[in-house]
Amino acid sequence: MDKMPRWADVVLVPLICLVIAFFFSGILIWAIGQSPVEALTIMVTGSLGSTYGWGYTLFYATNFMFTGLAVSIAFQASLFNIGGAGPATLGGLGVALSCLFIPWPHWSLALAGSMVAAMAFGAAWAFLPAWLQAKRGSHIVITTMMFNFISYALMNYLLVNILRPVGKMDPASARFDEVTNLPQLGDILALVGIPFSTRNPANISLLIALACAVGVWALLWHTRLGFAIRAFGKSEKAALYAGISPVRITLYAMMLSGALSGMMAINSVQGEANRLLLNSVEGAGFIGIAVALMGRNHPFGIVIASILFGFLYQGGSQLALGTTIPREVIVVLQALVILFTGALPYMVQKPLERLFVRFNQGRAA
Amino acid sequence: MEWASFLQILESTIRLSTPLVFACLAGLYSERAGVFDIGLEGKMLVAAFAAAAAAFATGSVWIGTLAGIGAALLFAAIHGLASITFRGNQLISGVSINFLASGLTVVLGAAWFRLGGQTPPLTGDMRFADAPLLDLFGITDPNPVIGLIFGHSVLVYVALLMVPFSAWLLYRTRFGLRLRAVGENPAAVDTAGVSVVGLRYAAVGITGVLCGLAGAYMSMALSAGFLREMTAGRGYIALAALIFAKWRPWYCLMACVLFGLLDAVAIRFQSIDIGVFIIPVQFTQALPYILTVIILAGFVGKAIPPRAGGEPYVKER
Repeated sequence: MDKMPRWADVVLVPLICLVIAFFFSGILIWAIGQSPVEALTIMVTGSLGSTYGWGYTLFYATNFMFTGLAVSIAFQASLFNIGGAGPATLGGLGVALSCLFIPWPHWSLALAGSMVAAMAFGAAWAFLPAWLQAKRGSHIVITTMMFNFISYALMNYLLVNILRPVGKMDPASARFDEVTNLPQLGDILALVGIPFSTRNPANISLLIALACAVGVWALLWHTRLGFAIRAFGKSEKAALYAGISPVRITLYAMMLSGALSGMMAINSVQGEANRLLLNSVEGAGFIGIAVALMGRNHPFGIVIASILFGFLYQGGSQLALGTTIPREVIVVLQALVILFTGALPYMVQKPLERLFVRFNQGRAA
Repeated sequence: MEWASFLQILESTIRLSTPLVFACLAGLYSERAGVFDIGLEGKMLVAAFAAAAAAFATGSVWIGTLAGIGAALLFAAIHGLASITFRGNQLISGVSINFLASGLTVVLGAAWFRLGGQTPPLTGDMRFADAPLLDLFGITDPNPVIGLIFGHSVLVYVALLMVPFSAWLLYRTRFGLRLRAVGENPAAVDTAGVSVVGLRYAAVGITGVLCGLAGAYMSMALSAGFLREMTAGRGYIALAALIFAKWRPWYCLMACVLFGLLDAVAIRFQSIDIGVFIIPVQFTQALPYILTVIILAGFVGKAIPPRAGGEPYVKER
């Protein structure tokens, strides 16, 4: 007797996990004396009720698409890259250096330059943990975690001592030249006649993130390298037997992952802040884990999950503005999503499988 | 450097190492039993919050301590459930526990105390006494060396005693032998008729208690009250210390004191001018992580984790 159909595994399991996570968060909101229904209403209207809200939702979603794809490409090679934040931080540095020190004539060139810089810096930061894992057997989870912290210290040093303009107090770089400003999503949609608010940070990076999702999908399922990555992730021994080099695949997968994390900076650093801030990543590296788990490690799922988390993020800030519920409720919800989809999959999956088996038996009889 | 500031640095090294020692030993039990735990940070944080909240509500530091331990145990139970019973991914479970603590402490704190996520300042009996040993002997104005040795809160000494106790428990008792065995080869332990699940839950439980003490120390001895994100990465530093110590109790103490010293130096001196060039404070702050990566890379002796670490145990059928 076969187990459950594919649609149930791909759609139903994440959905049930999400419902459970929402349920517990609702209990939490109720327990602190607030109305969960009202909270959800505020979140929905605040993030999806206007094109202004949608703009923020999509802006956050763009960040999560990059980091989620980054986590998932490493996951496919069965490497748990916990360090999305490190390459994303370094990607920010790359974008800032490119925007600050190269006199770009046009935003499109500046964007291309930033993308190259972000990918190069992100991939370079992921190289050492990858190399240590491949060659020296150092556990990738611990090394990437350590490299996250090292990247914070490095960024702190660079911003406080080197990139901070003379006479400024806050640890941030100078503003980028106006020419590097990216086109807003509202401006782009106006070209095709769709009215969309421009008072939000959503920008052209969203389209690049979507293109990256397609690119990752094509890479993983339609190229030799993608096959090698997935084969290595399924079974290292079998991959080795098939002549796939574990060292090369580990390095490629991690550096691709680092490059994607780094790309987040074109959205957050160049697209929104227009300067390099101390904490430009703001936890997006970790949300990438939740997004990758929720999206079942598939680029299409990751796009959907990113938009969901973008909604949660924007909804959370609306909650903090409109009620006395702090936005950290979203952190709890995110933790529960990670817990149920990533750490407790059997709790949902196994009973569901049993249910399907019984259902199928009933029909066959 | 003059004598007084040298003593000051030693003094703050001891204070800053204490939570690391608790958390590092906490990780030692869990990981030696084959359950990876990157959720030390979260357990410390939730314990710090629960301890401070309960101490403020009841006015007793001891009830606060119990509450801290209870909260950390609850989180340890989630980790145990995910990684032992449901055979989930232990690393992902750890990540989620860190987030859960980070969010929950602020949400509950803001709702209960209306101070944006922190507890009101703790005073008097709501905190651990600064120097109970000196009070006991009626010393009011100790000389600096006596103060350095005897002038600490009670949990400092508990942490120090936990080190030889853990070494004894892990290496000199039957429980310790089994606990270490279950982290290396659970199938052998199972064959011998000892419950793998039971041992791992026991280890995760000890981890919870020790994380609880680490958190209680943070909010009721090191500080006077809970601040949001007050553990500030100490759980990760403790994890780094555990790897640095190659999962051995006495080395845990040394690693934690070293990392505590780095912390104390970074707080005391912003940047250190050693004549040739200036060591920036950020370098001192990053040094524990850099040292851990070097150790992990195996250039200075290899750090080999317990063999069965990270893998849920499935009985052969």
